[in-house]
Amino acid sequence: MTDTDMKKSASRFKLPFSVKIEPRVDDPPKWFSPMLSVIAVVFALLIGALVIWLGGGEPWKAYAHIARYSFGSVGVLSDTMVKAIPLMLVGLACSLAFRMKLWNIGAEGQFYLGAFGASMIVLLPVLPEDAPKWLFIITMIISGMLFGALWGFIPGFLKAKYNVNEIISTLMMNYIAIEWNNYFIYAVWSEGGFQMSRMFQRNAWLPRFSDLGKTIPFFRGLTTHMGLLFAIIAAVILWWILAKSQWGYEIRLIGDNPRAAEYAGVSIKKNVVLVMMLSGALAGLAGMSEITGVVHRLQGAISPGYGYTGIIIAWLAKLNPLAVILVSILFGALILAGREVQPSGIPTLIQGVIIVALIASDYFLRNRVSITRRMEE
Amino acid sequence: MNQEKLSTETEIVVRMSGVSKRFPGVLANDQVDFDLRKGEVHALLGENGAGKSTLMNVLAGMYRADGGTITVHDQLVDFGSPREAIEAGIGMVHQHFMLVPSQSVTENILLGLDEPRFRMHLPQYNRKIEQMAEQYGLHVDPAARIWQLTVGEQQRVEILKMLYRGADVLIMDEPTAVLAPSEIDELFNTLRSMTAQGKSIVFISHKLHEVMDISDRVTVLQKGAVTSSGVPTADVTRADLARMMVGREVVFRIDKKDVEIGDVVLSVEGLKADNEKGLPALRGVDLNVHAGEIVGLAGVAGNGQSELSETLAGLREALDGKVMVHGEDVTNKSVKSGIRQGISLVPADRTLVGTAPNLSVTDNVIMKNYDQSPIGHGWMVNSTEAGNYATELKDDYDIMVPTIDTSVRLLSGGNLQKVILAREISSDPKLMIAVQPTRGLDVGAIEGVQKLLLEQRESGAAILLISEELEELLSLSDRIYVIYEGEIMGEVLDGDIDKIGQMMTGTRLEQIDTQGDA
Repeated sequence: MTDTDMKKSASRFKLPFSVKIEPRVDDPPKWFSPMLSVIAVVFALLIGALVIWLGGGEPWKAYAHIARYSFGSVGVLSDTMVKAIPLMLVGLACSLAFRMKLWNIGAEGQFYLGAFGASMIVLLPVLPEDAPKWLFIITMIISGMLFGALWGFIPGFLKAKYNVNEIISTLMMNYIAIEWNNYFIYAVWSEGGFQMSRMFQRNAWLPRFSDLGKTIPFFRGLTTHMGLLFAIIAAVILWWILAKSQWGYEIRLIGDNPRAAEYAGVSIKKNVVLVMMLSGALAGLAGMSEITGVVHRLQGAISPGYGYTGIIIAWLAKLNPLAVILVSILFGALILAGREVQPSGIPTLIQGVIIVALIASDYFLRNRVSITRRMEE
Repeated sequence: MNQEKLSTETEIVVRMSGVSKRFPGVLANDQVDFDLRKGEVHALLGENGAGKSTLMNVLAGMYRADGGTITVHDQLVDFGSPREAIEAGIGMVHQHFMLVPSQSVTENILLGLDEPRFRMHLPQYNRKIEQMAEQYGLHVDPAARIWQLTVGEQQRVEILKMLYRGADVLIMDEPTAVLAPSEIDELFNTLRSMTAQGKSIVFISHKLHEVMDISDRVTVLQKGAVTSSGVPTADVTRADLARMMVGREVVFRIDKKDVEIGDVVLSVEGLKADNEKGLPALRGVDLNVHAGEIVGLAGVAGNGQSELSETLAGLREALDGKVMVHGEDVTNKSVKSGIRQGISLVPADRTLVGTAPNLSVTDNVIMKNYDQSPIGHGWMVNSTEAGNYATELKDDYDIMVPTIDTSVRLLSGGNLQKVILAREISSDPKLMIAVQPTRGLDVGAIEGVQKLLLEQRESGAAILLISEELEELLSLSDRIYVIYEGEIMGEVLDGDIDKIGQMMTGTRLEQIDTQGDA
């Protein structure tokens, strides 16, 4: 307060109002935090617009284009959903870990391992080729989640036992996961020398809306697959765990003050391992649904950095599992239709600005800004 | 012992007269007079919070005095920063070292100086520092990195840092608190060699035997005021100092109902434990607490009190000895099983340990019983029950908070303590360990907390009250143990403040008794 006042009195020019910034002494209203998320997105879009304009483009046309190619029709909406499904699941994975202030940067690697775990069922093969579809789906879910959980368990265990920084270990394990998959697609399951496995047989594919096209014409050609259902169920369960269950209470307590948790008799080590495993399992489920719902084979580059985008999504959703679903759809649109504008530049830039704006906006959660007119003083 | 020297060299280096320093709600220094002669070790003695460190922080330029004058070499000074103080030759070695662990000794000493300007010329400075270390007997390798050094060596680096900046007055803030016994001897040798070379030293401490050992004169502070100014150490006894330090003011007695003392609830035998640094903090503690009594544990901070409370609650590993609650061995049982046994702990640190700041009042009061019926329900937390429970506690304990959904970080200290006490008391504990339950609270809140503790006593709980506030202990407790360096010095039944004072500074009860006979 004194700072700004002093500056203003020093310069002879006076603004017609004064700005005061002081720490909040009460909780901000409930709508305040989501509003900041919205403002962060709008702010990022404006910066994106500025860059497009500087590059000689027409920002509003570009944005209209993005909107049309992501939400404009049932068909593109369905494609947006397809992009959003893995984001939802990795976003949930990150939200869970971040609630406990466990910085799981390894959703990417857990995603790859989940994809591997699912593919293994077909390619090893674990099940005979003509096994029923439901059996394939169930075993692939279990296997994908197990492998994701394993990839979460390792850094979780290292953290609990030896206090290894999970940011470093999860990040490094991403590279191991990608190379692990590469080994299998280059050497073991390579089809005719290409860096990909054979196409899965149809009974190992997740059902899609278009499968119902014959009976309900409306669904014809819609690529949205069953992964959407997984993501929504997972979000609801996770929300329930965090908000209603005793385990969720422990997670929130540890996240806010580990020493208080210890004093209340909550085992931090056990929860570090468990949360990392569930987080990994969710990311693994994302990998599984992407492989069996979209790609239908194991190959390289199955993720354009979903695991990292999940971090942004988790923050933008304020670690709320239900909000993760909505935010993921927005990001799905940005990734899908953003390519219409530019394959990588602008959409990635917008994501980056969103996260910076979000982190900066925490300042307003902690501080109150009041603007008063000079006249009133 | 230095009488001769004192009579010949009585040049006064520093003179503080009538210095006052006020913090919100506390008068930390009240018209304090203090002077320091060239070549002496002047001890500044007092309990925690007596204002020793504040006074010296004023001298070292960390705080500005609200009143009074300071002269250094007969020049009136008013330091605005530690830098100005060091330019006048006054340097302070703080209790917590301010060193960069990954840098070498020399680099740490040169940090923040104008020379060297661009190239470090490390070998040259290494030699310079080595010579200086040699001169004062501060043995430390200038090229070693700080993290490789022992605590004692790090302290020497801090001293060298000050000497290098030209300090001829050295303020040591409780320098022995972090040291092992052998390192203390070495430190004392260093201090003697420094005074022999004309440096003057202020030695802040609350340990009587060290003060008797090292100092030439001693000034005693009590509650911010001087009770004895600059007496030659040779002229006083330990008992005198203890009395001047603890004081003899009329103690405000609280109405205590007579409660029938019940069975032994807590009995501790030969308990040993280490602190965070792996040094022994408890060296065989024996004590017991019966149902219906408040047993005080007196002692200067850092003598094992917090370690004891943590070990009893299961938060710290007991290395040896036994903890029994109601005749059942609970040594090294989990925190949760302790909670189930009815052990409740009011931790010393309300925000760091006692509460989760960003969670609601509800989430904070259910911390100990979220998994027990009726709040715990299967896998779930029954939020209606939790809400009712929180509302009930809010009303019963008069917690001033807009709603039970408010984050506790927004609560005042007194209200936060009520949240913790409400939680701990409503679990109907058999044993309650309360560590500094009134620290930092205002008078009204203190009374409220004390009343709650007495009510617990009346309802038959066993209470171990750990406090540094002697008055509080005297007015609340039925008996008082005194702890010193991880050992119980003795037990006082009649609240004899002289005895407590002496035990707090390391004299055993038996020794006091024999002194009395002689």
